[in-house]
Amino acid sequence: MAGCGAAYEARYWGRSLNVVIVEKAHIERSGAVAMGLSAINCYMGMRWNENTPEDFVRYTRNDLMGLVREDLEFDIARHVDSTVHLFEEWGLPIIYDDKTGHYKREGRWQILIHGESYKPIVAEAATKASSKVYNRIMITHLLTDATNPNRIAGATGFHVRDGTFYIFRAKAVIVSSGGGTHIFRPRSVGEGAGRTWYAPWSTGSAYALIIGVGAEMTQMENKLVVTRFKDGYGPVGAWFLALKAVATNAYGEEYEMKYLEDQRALYGNYVDSKPFPTCLRNDAMLREIKAGRHPIYIHTERVLDTREKEELGHEDFLDMTMSQTIVWASQNIDPKKRPSELQTSEPYIMGSHATCSGAWASGPQDVSPKEYFWGYNRMTTIEGLFGAGDTIGGSAHKFSSGSFTEGRLAGKAAVAYVMDHSDLPKVSEEKVSDLRQEIFRPLENFSVGRNLIVKGTVSPSYLYADQFVVRLEKLMDEYVGGWGPMYTTNEILLQRGLELMTMLREDLAHIAAEDLHQLQRAWELHHRVMTAEAVLRHTIFRKETRWPGYCYRADFPKLDDENWHVFVNSKYDRSTGNWQLFTRPCIRIIS
Amino acid sequence: MPTFVYASKCDGCGKCVDICPSDIMHLTHSIFIGRKAYNIEPSYCWECYSCVKECPQHAIDIRGYADFAPLDHKLTVLRDKEKNEIHWKIKYRDDSKNQFTFQIRTTKWGSIKSPQSYDQPKPQEIHSQQLSHEPEYLKTERGLPTLSQVKK
Repeated sequence: MAGCGAAYEARYWGRSLNVVIVEKAHIERSGAVAMGLSAINCYMGMRWNENTPEDFVRYTRNDLMGLVREDLEFDIARHVDSTVHLFEEWGLPIIYDDKTGHYKREGRWQILIHGESYKPIVAEAATKASSKVYNRIMITHLLTDATNPNRIAGATGFHVRDGTFYIFRAKAVIVSSGGGTHIFRPRSVGEGAGRTWYAPWSTGSAYALIIGVGAEMTQMENKLVVTRFKDGYGPVGAWFLALKAVATNAYGEEYEMKYLEDQRALYGNYVDSKPFPTCLRNDAMLREIKAGRHPIYIHTERVLDTREKEELGHEDFLDMTMSQTIVWASQNIDPKKRPSELQTSEPYIMGSHATCSGAWASGPQDVSPKEYFWGYNRMTTIEGLFGAGDTIGGSAHKFSSGSFTEGRLAGKAAVAYVMDHSDLPKVSEEKVSDLRQEIFRPLENFSVGRNLIVKGTVSPSYLYADQFVVRLEKLMDEYVGGWGPMYTTNEILLQRGLELMTMLREDLAHIAAEDLHQLQRAWELHHRVMTAEAVLRHTIFRKETRWPGYCYRADFPKLDDENWHVFVNSKYDRSTGNWQLFTRPCIRIIS
Repeated sequence: MPTFVYASKCDGCGKCVDICPSDIMHLTHSIFIGRKAYNIEPSYCWECYSCVKECPQHAIDIRGYADFAPLDHKLTVLRDKEKNEIHWKIKYRDDSKNQFTFQIRTTKWGSIKSPQSYDQPKPQEIHSQQLSHEPEYLKTERGLPTLSQVKK
């Protein structure tokens, strides 16, 4: 979504520029919206006086336990309505409320759509806007200027069908790739491992690419855990918000507000936020599970009293999570007759949902305080390197429409940057030649190592990406607070995790690929590991429990506003391999 | 597995290979059945149905994930880009059935107006906070909100 918005806006402002989209899959069905969506979760409705951008900032600030970049949130909110109106003009079916004549609301910020073709529609606009779309190119690294390492110069990667090595030289680059799944061990096992809630092709590239060139990152410790229909990960929004279904423990008790005073003692007055923060809702559910009063049920059977509501409930899944329909069909669950189980997912790394990991980026000039502004909106700390969607940190609850909007903001700003910096950055030939060798090394590792063994997948000299990924998932789950230890960790676990992570990173030199598909997986794995290390180091640095329900520091079980009402930021130095961690102020700009 | 391909129906056109977001639909060549598509890595399948919807031969289907879905279910789909509708049929394990039809788009495919077909913006507007089509597309007389309207 974000990349499509960037291309559209860049072309609108930069008519004579060469605007190219480089895409790992096929633009028509790529990214998290590939299979569709049943709602747009970020729409103000300013034309009907439904919400203001200030309302949105207060909402996101409360939901993220005080820590958001208010300038970025405000900026998304003030523009997002124009994006949604554009989508409607393009042909995205938005459902209207017969009584009010407004868009039908699922909740305060959400509107209902028939969104099966959401991505193909948006991709059509982006394709028309761009000079060329390069599909099936796995971008592995970004390139920086030969004389100024703090200026972007392009990107490099390979074609996953024919293995062609690509160098894209650019005056500005906008990274709009996906967040991270398969970083923590998924609850699904074996063949079902692809059923993560967020897309399995979201491989942390949004973070790894920019960390690799030294961009400053923020909130990487802000892992996301979502409560969803068990196993299929069917969305709960339409059920809770539009259909007013309730959740209970195994014995029929509504538990969500049961632990308010216990939570207040640990997490302070954030418990009074309306709506109740996402992470605290998770926390209440986890307390029930620890007490053995699970499964947790969502009572669909109490709310489906009309065919219209039944259609709404089913479309919610058929538009965006068909797997949940398959769970119902295969297990004979008629939602009109019996409740469904809920479960919390494994942690994901994202910048667009009820979480905000990502790049530390400049905000808009008219809104941002001086600490948050350095020339161009959504530019990272690397000159000419922009981000949007999952890439940008500190701005939660963007979802699809906000991500597209952030792409538009980055697209316009990147055009302004290119107009101000007309010289083409230089790419070092030596550097490119080194990268070329590095990119294809997994194929070489295999072709050399294979001769040592008779046959099979067990080799003493290399590991495949699918073997590495389970090692990563196990490590992150057990030491960094995955679902196994109920999202709980401590300093000793984290330090041991870091030791094992260091060995894992060393071993990446021995990753093997038999073909180009496996070479793609190998580089996805590299991106996952880089993202995971950032998550691990940030989690070590924040010595408090800021987002219970997402992650618990058992050694620092309280939320500590006195010391930690700040952003945790990091920078990776590619020449030494060292990480630097530090804090940045969290400035309140909306009362 | 999640997706699988019926050998008798697939003609090896490769549309599923082109569209799959996960790069797991690939072609195989066999002297017995010829060029056919198949899922090379089921554990990276999201059951997103992109290939199922795209297949002109209706040769691709989904069998729910082995780790939690009992057999004898079916979820089939027909996506009609002329009528702009999608039809879903659900068959439960106990053989009960349900079906749904939803709209997918309100305009013709290919009808989106490109950004370059609008009048070129004035050069100085590049430094304003307005995005393309703003403030018009905000559809509010108050225009684009700024912080000066808010107490700092």
